[in-house]
This record gives sequence, structure tokens and C-alpha cells, in this order.
Amino acid sequence: MTVTAVRKDPEHLTMTLDADFDATPARVWQLWADPRQLERWWGPPTYPATFTKHDLTPGSRVEYHMTGPEGDQPRGFWDIVEVDPPRALIFRDGFANDDGSPNTDLPSNEVRVTIAEAGGRTTMSIKSVFVSAAAMEQVLAMGMEEGLMQAVGQIDAILAEDTVPSG
Amino acid sequence: MVVSMQIAPPDFDRMFGALADATRRDIVRRAIDSEEGVAEVAGHYAMSFAAVQKHIAILERAGLVTKERIGRRKVVRTNLEGLRIARRLLDQYEELWRGRIGRMTALVAGTAEQPEEPDR
Repeated sequence: MTVTAVRKDPEHLTMTLDADFDATPARVWQLWADPRQLERWWGPPTYPATFTKHDLTPGSRVEYHMTGPEGDQPRGFWDIVEVDPPRALIFRDGFANDDGSPNTDLPSNEVRVTIAEAGGRTTMSIKSVFVSAAAMEQVLAMGMEEGLMQAVGQIDAILAEDTVPSG
Repeated sequence: MVVSMQIAPPDFDRMFGALADATRRDIVRRAIDSEEGVAEVAGHYAMSFAAVQKHIAILERAGLVTKERIGRRKVVRTNLEGLRIARRLLDQYEELWRGRIGRMTALVAGTAEQPEEPDR
């Protein structure tokens, strides 16, 4: 595992994760800048991502969808805020409707990627800022179906033990 | 009247909102293994009884503490399950990114498939 540090701050709804790669910053940048590379890691194996529009220019919109085991295709987009290859990328990751337009009912979260050379290796820091816990929950629902289903199952089990009627 | 275990279905915003305050987090920590009533809890803080009572009410609505009447007292207890749910949400997000970074690492390491040879 190349993840070197994780800082979770429930107070500010942020999570910062540092990772270390045996590669150059340019190579790590490629993971973000090349949509075919991006598709190989953005979604979990059970929910592979397909990027249909990809242009890392401030103000532009990246569009993607994921394909689930049942053929379901949740859609998402990135609104590119800042780009400084191969050092920095800031975007808002949001949900899209079936026609690809942003779903404004669902909140987005901001992802700040920082890439730096460190002694022949490369460190990448990912900072996610959520506007609310509900936003976080939504992001989880789309990319981590399995884990979330387990959590929901657990929550259901907890609730079943209590006196609250279901539904 | 039994007031214990009146846990609302998880409301993550409410949960994290409740945790977004140092005093409330301290109350949650304290109430994990103590059997203090509201008045005793209030005694730990340099603020009015009413203010502490308000904090406890916020935690209670978020499902993070329960108040159980024991005799004449209402004992404040941390609802560990509520805390676990909040934590699990953050943990899952961490897992999501750990998965991504694992795949990124595999991609970077699989140089044979890449047009460019990364410097080592």
C-alpha cells in the first residue's frame, strides 16, 4: 500500500490522503490527464468508469459515467477549477442526470490534487472537501455501492433493534 | 417514562453537525464510560447549565447520546453505535480512495503497458 497518511476531519468534513509513487510527477499526472488511464482507476472493478468528455482546462467540464453489475449507469462530472500540470488539479466532482446535465439537487465535493517530486519519487495529496455529510454520503453511494450496502444493512440491523418503526 | 434508546434513523448531516463542536465532542467522549447526569456533565464546563443542556439535546437529536432516567437522575450516555455510523462514513470514503490509489499504483508499476518508461 502506497498510502502514507490519512487525515480525517469530521469537523470540517474533509479528508486528506497522501500517497507515494515510484514514478515521476509527469507519470502520476498522466493518471489524471489521460482519460484512458483515468478509466482504469477511478471506478472500482465492479463499477468501471467511462470518460466521455475530458479536457483539463479551467472552466471546462469533464463527463463520465460508471457501469454497475446490473447495467446501471450513474453519471458524474467534474468542473475544472484549477490546473497546473503536473503539480495541481482542483475540481468539483458532482452528479449528473441521465442526459449528462449536472444534477443540482445533489451536492458536489471539491477535490484538490497536489503532486510533488520527493527524492526521486512522487507524493500525491488528495484533499476532499464536502459541503455537507449528505454530500459525502452521495459520493459514497456512487463508487462504493457494495460497501455502502453493507453499511446500510448494518444501520438497518441497528434500527431493527430499536423501538423506531421502520420506513 | 422510558426515554432511552429513542434513536432516530441516521441523519448524517445532523450527526456531523453535532460533532462539529469541541464541547459536544468532549461530552461524547466523557459519556462513553461515565454515568453522569446532566447537572454533573454541566459541572465540567465553564458555561451555563442551560447551554450544556442545549448541547446535550443536539447530541441526543443526532443519535449520539441517550438520556436514561435512573431514579431521579437522567444519565447521559454515549450511543456508541451512532458514533460508529459517523466514523464508518469517513472510513468508507478513505477506502474508496485507497482503492483508487491501489489501482493507480498498479498502473504506474505496469510500465510494459505504458508508452512511456517512467524514470526510476
